[in-house]
Amino acid sequence: MNVPTMAEMMAQGKQPEVLFWVGCAGSFDDRAKKITKAFVKILNKANVDFAVLGTEESCTGDPAKRAGNEFLFQMQAMTNIEVLNGYEVKKIVTACPHCFNTFKNEYPELGGKYQVYHHTEFLKSLLDEGRLTIEGGKFKGKKITFHDPCYLGRANDIYEAPRDLIKKLDSELVEMKRSRAKGLCCGAGGAQMFKDAEKGNKDINIERTEDALKTNPNIIATGCPFCNTMMTDGIKAADKENEIEVLDIAELIANAEDL
Amino acid sequence: MNYINNILFAILLVVGIGFFVINIKKLTRNIKLGKDIDRSDNPKARWKNMAMIALGQSKMVKRPIAGILHVIVYASFIIINIEVVEIIIDGLFGTHRIFSFLGGFYDVLIGSFEILAFLVLIAVIIFWIRRMIVRIPRFWSKEMTSWPKNDALNILYFEMVLMSLFLIMNATDPEFQTFHFGNPISRFLTPIFNDFFSEHSIHLIEQGAWWLHITGIFIFLNYLYYSKHLHILLAFPNTYYANLNVKGKFDNLEAVTKEVKLMMDPNADPFATPAEDENETPEKFGASDVTDLNWVQLMNAYTCTECGRCTSSCPANITGKELSPRAIMMKTRDRIEEIGKNIDKNGAFKDDGKQLLGDYITPEEVWACTSCNACVEECPVNINPLSIIMDIRRYLVLEQSAAPQELNMMMTNIENNGAPWQYSQMDRLNWKDE
Repeated sequence: MNVPTMAEMMAQGKQPEVLFWVGCAGSFDDRAKKITKAFVKILNKANVDFAVLGTEESCTGDPAKRAGNEFLFQMQAMTNIEVLNGYEVKKIVTACPHCFNTFKNEYPELGGKYQVYHHTEFLKSLLDEGRLTIEGGKFKGKKITFHDPCYLGRANDIYEAPRDLIKKLDSELVEMKRSRAKGLCCGAGGAQMFKDAEKGNKDINIERTEDALKTNPNIIATGCPFCNTMMTDGIKAADKENEIEVLDIAELIANAEDL
Repeated sequence: MNYINNILFAILLVVGIGFFVINIKKLTRNIKLGKDIDRSDNPKARWKNMAMIALGQSKMVKRPIAGILHVIVYASFIIINIEVVEIIIDGLFGTHRIFSFLGGFYDVLIGSFEILAFLVLIAVIIFWIRRMIVRIPRFWSKEMTSWPKNDALNILYFEMVLMSLFLIMNATDPEFQTFHFGNPISRFLTPIFNDFFSEHSIHLIEQGAWWLHITGIFIFLNYLYYSKHLHILLAFPNTYYANLNVKGKFDNLEAVTKEVKLMMDPNADPFATPAEDENETPEKFGASDVTDLNWVQLMNAYTCTECGRCTSSCPANITGKELSPRAIMMKTRDRIEEIGKNIDKNGAFKDDGKQLLGDYITPEEVWACTSCNACVEECPVNINPLSIIMDIRRYLVLEQSAAPQELNMMMTNIENNGAPWQYSQMDRLNWKDE
């Protein structure tokens, strides 16, 4: 696995095509790290000239902002923008819809203007440009349902890129009743990931997992490390972890290619 | 003596419209209690939103049954009101069906009004059945008891009565029934009246229906301000001034930007005395009361017609949490109304020891939100409950340091090591070799 850092690139006088923003989950969460690696393997295979920030990366500030801490958010944003602009970054790709949304929508006013891509959009463009090919054989006949991450779907109106990729796998894409703009949240957004839920009669991820189970899928696909955690927990709670896998789109593609 | 009806009518007209104007003034004053926000950009996109969403009802029909029934009521309501012009002229000048000189065209007009009135009657009855017999859950949430529930029913009854009066008024007008063909519905009612009443009584019924109909319209007009029904007017400005950005973009607080820039400026003198005017109070972060919200958010609250589509799609509410986006809007409106009445009574606002946060909206509600934007997506008139929730969170965190303990830990981690968990920034690339 080849993972150059921006610092190494700069030392060699090189400017990569795109910065891969790994994100906190992608860097530290055991489950999300697998998504990170799967995505890197695809980038390597497609010969994408990319780099990561490594130890120079820091939280985008999204959870702080959604929790109401605008001060901490802007501190994080300005620090990150200083680093990114220092490396003259033009293009960012990330596998986390929360990082994606923050970069795309909230950094520009603070001086951080980049072309920002969610990894599903980026993979789709690699495919369209012929830089990446997907052999679908492995998933033939499998039923895959896609859970729309709120910060990719409703927040940024991106519904098709992940679905287009799933369709390339020769699998059967089955939609949940609540999907696309009507998709139900997994329960992690708005900093909920980091706290206990308020008193209620059910956990949101259980409600959402039930939506997914109704489609009778072999695989629940997501495009967000937090959704992935929530849906994985939901599947465990339903005692279905031996039958149904929760996988990121990047993992699906990496698996299809035996990466 | 002959003029007594005309004078009575003129008084009714002046009182009806005058009272309405007073209420509209109160409404705009209350909305302006909100902070300023610039929504004058991109008029083209704004007009388009208004045309599509308010006029064209594009978001209403996303739930087809309620949507189509609503389109019937809404379109008919606007069209039938053309008839009010004739009623007003007749009332003021003592004429009878002044526009009937239009001949065939008049009959086509009144004929279509009759059909629309009949459709409205049917639609409103179905609405009532959905609410009271089918008991669709969103009409029975806990914020929909007492006044909100009665308010909704009052409006349905009002519409039923108004439409019936219009049809009765036509059915009991023998001249209209004889010489016109604009009576596709009322012609079926006329024989019933003829069977039971004398010619004289029928004339009295017609007069009565005519007066009750126009009086009812004026009462309804003035009921608006006190009801959830202001959306028939406010849906238009509300969709025009709604947020045009993608839903994921939350505003960056400018006051914070200034401070953060100052903190990060290596040339800033930390001991310099602030240049600002001593008397200037530092800007308050976030919102604890409605006057901390902006006027668009307050207009949102007055526009809300409590349909509950937001709440029925809210993941927190679906799973039994306290939070209901509709209740956020209703409570915001209740608090502005309270402040408005306070101003009416005292000339200027007199501290009542209350505020939106705590007395109306609890922190528990605010912290249950996942910021998923489902409520914003659902609202047929582009109300944004999420923006109010976020502003209250900001107040809780920035002014009161009152976030839930786990969130404080998360934020401390971000501050100390640049991640919401306790991992060292130096380990960020470890995954590569694992």
